[in-house]
Amino acid sequence: MSSAVADIHADHGEHDDHGPAKGWRRWLYATNHKDIGTMYLLFSLTMFFAGGTMALIIRSELFSPGLQFVDPAFFNQMTTMHALIMVFGAVMPAFVGLANWMIPLMIGAPDMALPRMNNWSFWILPVAFSILGSTLFMAGGAPASGWTMYPPLVLQTGDAFPFLIFSVHLMGLSSIMGAINVIVTIINMRAPDMSLLKMPMFVWTWLITAYLLIAVMPVLAGAVTMLLTDQFFGTSFFLAAGGGDPVMFQHIFWFFGHPEVYIMILPAFGVVSEIIPTFSRKPLFGHDSMVYAASSIAFLSFIVWAHHMFTVGMPLTGQMFFMFATMLIAVPTGVKIFNWLATMWRGAMTFETPMLFSLGFVFLFTIGGFSGLMLAIAPADIQYHDSYFVVAHFHYVLVPGSIFALMAAVYYWMPKWTGHLYNESLGKLHFWLSTIFVNLTFFPMHFVGLAGMPRRIPDYSTQFTDFNAIASIGAFGFGLSQLLFVFIVFQCVRNKGEIATQEVWDNPTGLEWTVPSPAPYHTFETPPRVTSGAAFS
Amino acid sequence: MIRKLCSGVLLLAITSNAFADWALNMPKGITELSAETHQIHMVIFWCCVAIAVVVFGAMIYSLVKHRKSRGAVPATFSHSMTAEVIWTVIPVVILLIMAVPSAELMIKLEDTRDPDLTIVATGYQWKWHYTYQGEDVSFYSTLARSSQAARRRGSGIDPNTVENYLRDVDNPLVVPMGAKVRLLLTSNDVVHAWWVPDLAIKKDAIPGFMNETWFKAEQTGTFRGQCAELCGMDHGYMPIVVEVLDPADFEAWLENEKGGATAVAAAGGELQ
Repeated sequence: MSSAVADIHADHGEHDDHGPAKGWRRWLYATNHKDIGTMYLLFSLTMFFAGGTMALIIRSELFSPGLQFVDPAFFNQMTTMHALIMVFGAVMPAFVGLANWMIPLMIGAPDMALPRMNNWSFWILPVAFSILGSTLFMAGGAPASGWTMYPPLVLQTGDAFPFLIFSVHLMGLSSIMGAINVIVTIINMRAPDMSLLKMPMFVWTWLITAYLLIAVMPVLAGAVTMLLTDQFFGTSFFLAAGGGDPVMFQHIFWFFGHPEVYIMILPAFGVVSEIIPTFSRKPLFGHDSMVYAASSIAFLSFIVWAHHMFTVGMPLTGQMFFMFATMLIAVPTGVKIFNWLATMWRGAMTFETPMLFSLGFVFLFTIGGFSGLMLAIAPADIQYHDSYFVVAHFHYVLVPGSIFALMAAVYYWMPKWTGHLYNESLGKLHFWLSTIFVNLTFFPMHFVGLAGMPRRIPDYSTQFTDFNAIASIGAFGFGLSQLLFVFIVFQCVRNKGEIATQEVWDNPTGLEWTVPSPAPYHTFETPPRVTSGAAFS
Repeated sequence: MIRKLCSGVLLLAITSNAFADWALNMPKGITELSAETHQIHMVIFWCCVAIAVVVFGAMIYSLVKHRKSRGAVPATFSHSMTAEVIWTVIPVVILLIMAVPSAELMIKLEDTRDPDLTIVATGYQWKWHYTYQGEDVSFYSTLARSSQAARRRGSGIDPNTVENYLRDVDNPLVVPMGAKVRLLLTSNDVVHAWWVPDLAIKKDAIPGFMNETWFKAEQTGTFRGQCAELCGMDHGYMPIVVEVLDPADFEAWLENEKGGATAVAAAGGELQ
């Protein structure tokens, strides 16, 4: 294997001396995993703000009862686009960006295994989101059926409909190619001596995530293709009038959708599992059981999908099965949380920004986990379903869950990427503002949901006013706090911070800390030796 | 910024209107099963709180005690079979304890046998239609005119001045107290969901399919809910109002309806 890599480098040896290409060619023709990783991260940051702006439009309208700013149709377009952009444009590409940057550095590989496919899988994304974004200007507006695209409602979409389907296809294509690249890289390009169980947790969780992606993105593609043929080619997959079944779409969608949830959280688990040991100055507790827990979560994610559908009228036995299977997920998820706690236990902790975001993740993701456990209880879920309680739940696992882990990752590895330390005081300020506002935004949603407010409504009955107003204030606070993040990142990128050492942190483990800061354009052209064992727990 | 926020929240609390309340929790409702649903919700909630106290307590203790600034020296352990078995087994036990009452309640919720009265509710974009089976009574139920007028952008009407804003209809669903009402749900266009928290019922209305659910109201009164499944532009404007009457009053209402009183009202409703 290593000789094959050596051959490739012998063929293209002249590039190594010249470094990156000049100007736009460096980015458009990029095959370097670091460049592509950077593009993914910047793209997802852009999408984060696009989706965030839509969230603020939603929260502005919901600040008080009555319609003040937008009409109901546009409101539905905003909720739909916000979700599609955040899920497929912000969270997923951000983790792929981290995978691109860090997996080769963590396993001692010179690059991703399939660099040209890597280029393609990135450049599909701006195209996909340009298409999706352009639907806002089409007759009938952007898709307004929710990101879940349930028929028959989604078939009422205007001119945007085929563009929605096509952009979802493109996003799926990009994800599948990214996943193939991750799997091939991890399986084939690890440094000699790095056995699978010696791999860092971030690499492990990404390996599992990549398999999930390959398994479920084609399912989504199939589901939306059936929508397309129902709309344009006279089929009736989901149309009752033609003998089809609208509920079948929901089954297929959630067979994709539930693993998708873990696609967005498993790499976050990986990030946190890297950061907590570093700042606890203690090896990760139960590395192998973390691997088994992540694998169990991935397996269970395939057999719980219909817990999103307890109100569709499934047979009782079906509801029972999905309730019990869903409750089981609490066990491996609990193992992960307990293991992080045991990692901190009797460590010597310091609280730099990455650690703060990781701790915020553990606390607040656990709150999302608790509401998830409540949602698993089917008779109670029938009340929670499609209410703001669900909105609170999934935002707790996605915002202070996935997004906090992404922030933590950026603060943790940015000195390695740029060669400069970020401004620690500003980083901490960013953490505290984010944490306060994220709770102010999403915690009151539990209450209005339980009190009876359905999700996806542009206007509400007056008894929900106060909590909605608080949530809107929180949302603006959270959104504005993220501008601080952009400032901190650009300060660091423009080399304003202190020079980072090779190790950056206090004796961190992992191969990424054995290359200089900033990481040179080409790293590990000869595979490193992983014999010391000190670098790996 | 925090101070500004606090004062903002305070201001909001002071100026909040008479209709607003700070309802925090799921209502206990007016049926046996809504009370049981509420109870199981509270049990799982307190379970979560108890687990949170233990886990967060341990975490906070660790964050305070095991910090470098206090001179903590890191331990080196990284495995403990005992600990891992304990924190795998305990959650399993808690889940098993929770699973039994949940399953029992599920079985009761699905038991639609022997109804006293069957009503078909059909979802339309954006209203409900109710048919009392075998009674020759059926009517549409749409958003009340007062809300209809206030909901438009730039209507100039303050929603706080409209009674039961967005939660009032022209023709409510009327049911007798103490009777087992079976509700058959379907839809004429897209998927809707019929949700009344006080009855602990939420069930999808799906085109081409008939779903069933049931309730037995144990007190009279007016209970409000709304469509819970995104069904298009006016999803937020198809409320559900259930009026529970004494059986005698219900019979009188039913006789009156058979005379076609609501048929006229429903036609009026459609013109809105």
